[in-house]
Amino acid sequence: MVRGFGWAAAFPDEVWEHVFSFLAADADRNAVALVCRAWHRIERRSRRRVFVGNCYAVAPAAAVRRFPEVRAAAIKGKPHFADFNLVPTDWGGGAEAWVEAMAEGWPHLEELRLKRMVVSDDCLELIARSFKNFGVLSLVSCDGFSTAGLAAIAANCRNLRELDLHENEVEDNCLNWISHFPESFTSLVSLNITCLEGDVNTSVLECLISRCPNLRTLRLNHAMPLEKLVSLLQRAPQLVDLGTSKFSADHHPELFFKLESTFAGFKHLKSLSGIWEAGPAYLPAIYSVCESLTSLNLCYATIQSPELLKLVSRCKNLQRLWVMDLIEDNGLIAVAASCKLLQELRVFPSDPYGVQPPISLTEHGLVAISAGCLMLHSVLYFCRQMTNAALLTIANNRPNLTCFRLCIIEPHTPDYISQEPLDAGFSAIVKSCKDLRRLSLSGLLTDRVFKSIGASANRLEMLSVAFAGDSDAGLHYILSGCKNLRKLEIRDCPFGDKALLDNASKLETMRSLWMSSCSVTLGACRQLALKMPRLNVEVIDERRGRPLESWPDDFPVEKLYIYRTVAGPRSDTPPCVWTV
Amino acid sequence: MEEEFRGGRPQLFDFITNGRDWSDKGGYGAAEEKSLELRLGLPGGEDWSAVQEKREHPAESAVSPGHIAKIPKSTNMSASSGAKRGCSDAVDSKPEGTLADKPTAAAPVVGWPPIRSFRKNLAGTAKASAESPNRRSEAEKKLENDRKGLFVKINMDGIPIGRKVDLKAYDSYEKLSLAVDELFRGLLMAAQMDLLAATTHSTKETHVISGLLDRSGEYTLVYEDDEGDKMLVGDVPWDMFVSTAKRLRVLKSSDLCASPLSPGEIGRRTNDS
Repeated sequence: MVRGFGWAAAFPDEVWEHVFSFLAADADRNAVALVCRAWHRIERRSRRRVFVGNCYAVAPAAAVRRFPEVRAAAIKGKPHFADFNLVPTDWGGGAEAWVEAMAEGWPHLEELRLKRMVVSDDCLELIARSFKNFGVLSLVSCDGFSTAGLAAIAANCRNLRELDLHENEVEDNCLNWISHFPESFTSLVSLNITCLEGDVNTSVLECLISRCPNLRTLRLNHAMPLEKLVSLLQRAPQLVDLGTSKFSADHHPELFFKLESTFAGFKHLKSLSGIWEAGPAYLPAIYSVCESLTSLNLCYATIQSPELLKLVSRCKNLQRLWVMDLIEDNGLIAVAASCKLLQELRVFPSDPYGVQPPISLTEHGLVAISAGCLMLHSVLYFCRQMTNAALLTIANNRPNLTCFRLCIIEPHTPDYISQEPLDAGFSAIVKSCKDLRRLSLSGLLTDRVFKSIGASANRLEMLSVAFAGDSDAGLHYILSGCKNLRKLEIRDCPFGDKALLDNASKLETMRSLWMSSCSVTLGACRQLALKMPRLNVEVIDERRGRPLESWPDDFPVEKLYIYRTVAGPRSDTPPCVWTV
Repeated sequence: MEEEFRGGRPQLFDFITNGRDWSDKGGYGAAEEKSLELRLGLPGGEDWSAVQEKREHPAESAVSPGHIAKIPKSTNMSASSGAKRGCSDAVDSKPEGTLADKPTAAAPVVGWPPIRSFRKNLAGTAKASAESPNRRSEAEKKLENDRKGLFVKINMDGIPIGRKVDLKAYDSYEKLSLAVDELFRGLLMAAQMDLLAATTHSTKETHVISGLLDRSGEYTLVYEDDEGDKMLVGDVPWDMFVSTAKRLRVLKSSDLCASPLSPGEIGRRTNDS
């Protein structure tokens, strides 16, 4: 039955199922499914988790049919640039089709994770009603629903363990949705409601927390007053991951001591976030947990440098640190000296539009981190100045980087000392960091840098480019190199038709390509669509006055989104999106 | 800085006129073959000086950023593509130019720097702490407040596409109304006439949507405040507007009386202030 695998064919399916169960990576399971018909059959029947990186790449019904026994599904919708307001709000990415198919075919679904999708309240209700043993709902950067939908989840999912609402836009029309968790409900392990805007009823939340002994993660929104936070936290000393509400109040010594003793009571706390509106008065209350923290997220905490320094230098075991640039170079130098286990650093801009006098956060801070933190592998850094020399040093110091996202806020900023483009610096990064998976470029860059990236960045999976390059060759270098590239997003670059058409077959190996404000014409899109039937070539133009079909070939395309699919053109395109 | 920022925004239409240049070069021909080799030499090496030369004579190169930066202001086709464009153009085009003189000049290009609008909104709700007033001056506190973005949705009658605007990116009603014009002008023109005709016209740099604030124009800007009431934009002090506005809408002035906007509400608001 299986040629060349005679010995293997003798095993019953169950044996292979058991063997396959040790394959954790989706890619490995996909590879197994391609070996022979028998393995394909066994693998598809035993697959418990699916990940769909683009909700339009496969028809929901087809996915459900192929993998009938799925327990956990993760699906992503809109392009990444939707995060930055570049994708029209009505673009698509609706969750209905998927949820309906799942409700029909996967009654045993326990876990659903959706990212950048439009999830209606009806969808949430369908989820709440359809899956008997539903345990995990994670919505990240989604919109379209309200707290009424969450109330349905609370009321019906009796075994819910995790409710993770991260950076969603949620309409607040059911004030007391948390009260819909039944009295008998005790299974909650993780609750993240940071994205909710409205107040949360504290006494109801207190009751919920008191009756869920396994609660490990609790991330609140900013709204709760500090006094209430204290009394809430006293009921959950077992927390491992805490996101506080706002961390300021009029100064009451008594409140401070209560807060301090509450934090001292956390014996297992590893991760701390929130700390909204933190003022210096209450910050010392958390000093007692600093040493045990591995993750500290202060990216919403407007703490100034001196206080921040005192706090961060106590966190000797940090592996992940997210801060605003208020930390400044001095703060990062302190981090480099004290946080020797740091793996991930993100520095966000407190003033992205440059209205205020500049913060003294420069290339020096990042260089210090690269020299001091030997485990560092992931960087997101917003700053206003950079040099090639600094990038070379970072590349030499940290060849273990897997993610390097540098945003020099002003487009086209050269090396501020030599006035050269930053080509040499970024080239050094891709050359030195052999395991680089994700890269975001900024600053003044010519086609040179893309030549280096194309030739060296062999493991790169996601590349973001803005305001860079000087000709079509830049895009050609990327697409003809970068063997492992899956996602490419480009804005405001002079890349156009020829590079796109010359590398058409590359696009089928990638998940998606986004290009906006580049130099692609409609004619090239037409040719590409004709040449590559498995690609959906979607032109997005919000200015349209008449159907795109009637436009001439030389018409410039404002936004272009290309992705591979086995489902054909999608049927839910709004008027501003046209599948060529 | 502003000049450079403006230069930083490549223009679709410029690329089209230049498009011939680089395709005529014959793509990746023999001359380019050499440049396909990977080199990581420091600036000053042979390859780099070639680049340098290119930069210094941008007219010969296809579409280098330098080229664009050198396009004089007057020929800048700033009305070309409504939404994508930043609002600094709108500020520039204001005849008196007083607003552009302020340090707030560089209004954002949509989506740049790449910060999630969600993040900015959240940060916006977290106001700077009022603790230890002796340590921080009023100016510093204001500075912190100003740092946060505040995105609200904005829709326009007759335009199916919604937008978002960052109220913190402006400091007056005038700038906001210019930004609204900038956001919807292209869409509106496209909706009104044949699109190609629209793009030709748009080079004229006219304000299509004007009189938003004094009800003199075809459209009027209204907002929904934190209590869900519809209010006319411009009736309360700017700071109060920023702190209470939850959603904006550009209504046809002729429909205004038909909408549930009661003068009583407006009066109450104004009195409160």
